[in-house]
Amino acid sequence: MPEQRQVIVRVKRQVGPKQPGRWEEFALKWRPSMNVIICLRDIAENPVTRDGKTTTPVSYDSNCLEEVCGSCAMLINGKARMACSALVDQLDQPIRIEPMTKFPLIRDLAVDRQFMFESLKRVKAWIPIDGTYDLGEGPRVAPEVQEAGYPLSRCISCGNCLEVCPQVNDNNQFVGAAIISQVRLFNMHPTGAMHAKERINALLQPGGIADCANAQNCVKACPKDIPLTESIAAVNREAWKQSLLGWLMG
Amino acid sequence: MTQPKIIIVGGGLAGLMATIRVAESGVPVDLFSIVPVKRSHSVCAQGGINAAKNQKGEGDSTTKHLDDTIYGGDFLANQPLVKRMCEAAPGIIDLLDRMGVMFNRTPEGLLDYRRFGGTLYHRTAFAGATTGQQLLYALDEQVRRHESEGKVKKYEGFTFLSAVLDDAGICRGIAAMDLRSMEVRTFPADAVIFCTGGIGAIFGRSTNSVVCTGSAQSALFQQGVDYANGEFIQVHPTAIPGEDKLRLMSESARGEGGRVWVPKKPGDTRPHTAIPESERFYFLEEWYPKYGNLVPRDIATRAIHRIVFQEKLGLNNNEAAVYLDVTHIDRETLDRKLEGILEIYEKFLGVDPRVSPMKVFPAMHYTMGGIWVNGENQATNVPGIYAAGECEYQYHGANRLGANSLVSCIFGGGLAGPAAVKYSKNLEKSASSSPSSIFDRAKKREDDKNQRLLSQQGSENPITIWRELGDLMTEHATVTRINKNLQMADNRIRELQARYKNINLSDRSKWSNQTLNFARELENMLLLARVVTLGALARDESRGAHFKPDFPERDDANWLKTTRAKYINNDIQLSYEPVDISLIPPRPRRYDAAK
Repeated sequence: MPEQRQVIVRVKRQVGPKQPGRWEEFALKWRPSMNVIICLRDIAENPVTRDGKTTTPVSYDSNCLEEVCGSCAMLINGKARMACSALVDQLDQPIRIEPMTKFPLIRDLAVDRQFMFESLKRVKAWIPIDGTYDLGEGPRVAPEVQEAGYPLSRCISCGNCLEVCPQVNDNNQFVGAAIISQVRLFNMHPTGAMHAKERINALLQPGGIADCANAQNCVKACPKDIPLTESIAAVNREAWKQSLLGWLMG
Repeated sequence: MTQPKIIIVGGGLAGLMATIRVAESGVPVDLFSIVPVKRSHSVCAQGGINAAKNQKGEGDSTTKHLDDTIYGGDFLANQPLVKRMCEAAPGIIDLLDRMGVMFNRTPEGLLDYRRFGGTLYHRTAFAGATTGQQLLYALDEQVRRHESEGKVKKYEGFTFLSAVLDDAGICRGIAAMDLRSMEVRTFPADAVIFCTGGIGAIFGRSTNSVVCTGSAQSALFQQGVDYANGEFIQVHPTAIPGEDKLRLMSESARGEGGRVWVPKKPGDTRPHTAIPESERFYFLEEWYPKYGNLVPRDIATRAIHRIVFQEKLGLNNNEAAVYLDVTHIDRETLDRKLEGILEIYEKFLGVDPRVSPMKVFPAMHYTMGGIWVNGENQATNVPGIYAAGECEYQYHGANRLGANSLVSCIFGGGLAGPAAVKYSKNLEKSASSSPSSIFDRAKKREDDKNQRLLSQQGSENPITIWRELGDLMTEHATVTRINKNLQMADNRIRELQARYKNINLSDRSKWSNQTLNFARELENMLLLARVVTLGALARDESRGAHFKPDFPERDDANWLKTTRAKYINNDIQLSYEPVDISLIPPRPRRYDAAK
């Protein structure tokens, strides 16, 4: 009998926000093109640890499984990334799977990223249209503006950029790179630009752009290759201009 | 009278559009979603959204869009509402454009349009190859704005369990479960709009997201909401096989010039670069010269099945795959127009599709059938319940054309919102004055069900039952349907239902228990799978996506009718009603020549 290839996975378990964490190890049957989601599903179908102890399926968030919904962010071998696109054959074993640490834990690998959606409200990340009734076409947009804006608009709110940012911690309310990049996106759009000041003002408040310490971890962690540091630099320039102008105008 | 309250279940494109329209009218909305709405399945739509703007000077018109849609759907769709949708589509594009969607542009700064399946016109507006994501985000942003103004309250992380019906059978609210505390709660509403998407999970693996289980539709069906054309399931011709998911490779790859081929010689294992043009079989182009690679999905899917299962020409040693080739298109165009999907292929397979042709195979993709709604305003047969988006049956007949789903979601959601408001304002008695006993009853029913599942000591594993269901449905109820197999599949689903009664939950806790939620969904999936199977078994003809080799022709004399499934005395009963063909008389559907 040929030896059955195995995948060894260690999962950080925690039954609730206030309970202590613990590690569990699983030995799974290897298959081609296996990703971390398949590992978690295998565990769910047969929740028995490597040493034969019965446990519960792992709680985690997932939805699209093609890296476009932003649900399945977690720490895999210490790196913040999406579980669906984390291919087992490209990972060192044992594969360590942990929840993100910068967001409140719900259970096991599931965390609460509501902070990101609240931050989008803070910076008014939308085009304030008058209504959905027929007002004709939108403004013309130069192809180069579209080509700069589209990559920014692919942000999936996964939270990886916050997870890796040293400035996101218990001592401040830094909104993080994703949100700053959204401000750049909306301020770039012809209609959005009419309300650019409001968004910049929001980023001049505590937790705003001044909290960025230029560690540049964000851009490396982004699964969608969004030029986050360029966005931060661009918004920073706008913010300086606006605060200087405000100061000069008294 | 008191201010009405509307509940919307589901926060994809249809649900968000309905939410915006209701919020705009000044009526408060409670929006329920299993996932944060920004993570809804609409983000997976790739290629684009159809609207006959005739922006390429080809003489396109909404009349032609209507004809393509009806013809593509093999004449099973009721025509008047499809006409309204096609007429509304250009305005929908304008609205999305005003919301700031980063659509691709022409040098003049206008929206660019690409070709898609089942049409000869450039009718599809697009934002790279992640159009669904971009549209969903635009609506999500508008809803967030209404939310920040206090007009919308979101219940994200809640799953719908059942409708609360009063003694007269009128919907007065819903019962839902908080997926963290696992607590069942009831919420009164004067009208409820369901926008709960497709049913991919019934087929095990599909292009659909994890939440697309059809559980809500099935729960409603069991409460008396009719379900129409359940047998019509779209299998998309080009997806990447995978164990957890079949990842879609958008039709836009072909819209931008991608070609489907296999080596002419069976068992040819040479690398693609070693196979000269003359030894490649571009079977879609050869079999369908007029539409070529852009035949509708049902046609392309059956052609690929024929290549693999009858001609034995699948790649290498007849594996279940054909090439989808974009390597002849220049890199700059690929990155500007298709990057989103090429990146998926590259990430999940580690192969660059700009250099090597993609290996693809058909996958369950879209649910044409769904909750029965009237031909006017998305109302179901139960007063107070509306449905919009993929979960209802109205717009696509027997086969949906590519890039029509996004437009139907937004149109349907936009129609349902105001209709629900109007209905609510005309109610004699509001939900808030309904007796509390109807809510208590609903809560008790759902609490009891949870308690039973959590405490029973069975021997069956819900995930195993689900896998078996998926294999059964994929084999017998997708591309090719044979009556004796369908009958056998139905028998086996009933066996699975019996085994379900004996399931054992591997997690009995009362906090964020995903196993409990899945078990609840599975029960609903099993029943809905039977609706699909029985509908297919009964329909002895071939029409659109429904193909029976024993009945290879469309049979208008006997089957030009809508299947309407009802749940009576705890069983599924099929009935039929005529299709409204008042605008375009049915004619034979063929894509090997111009229509």
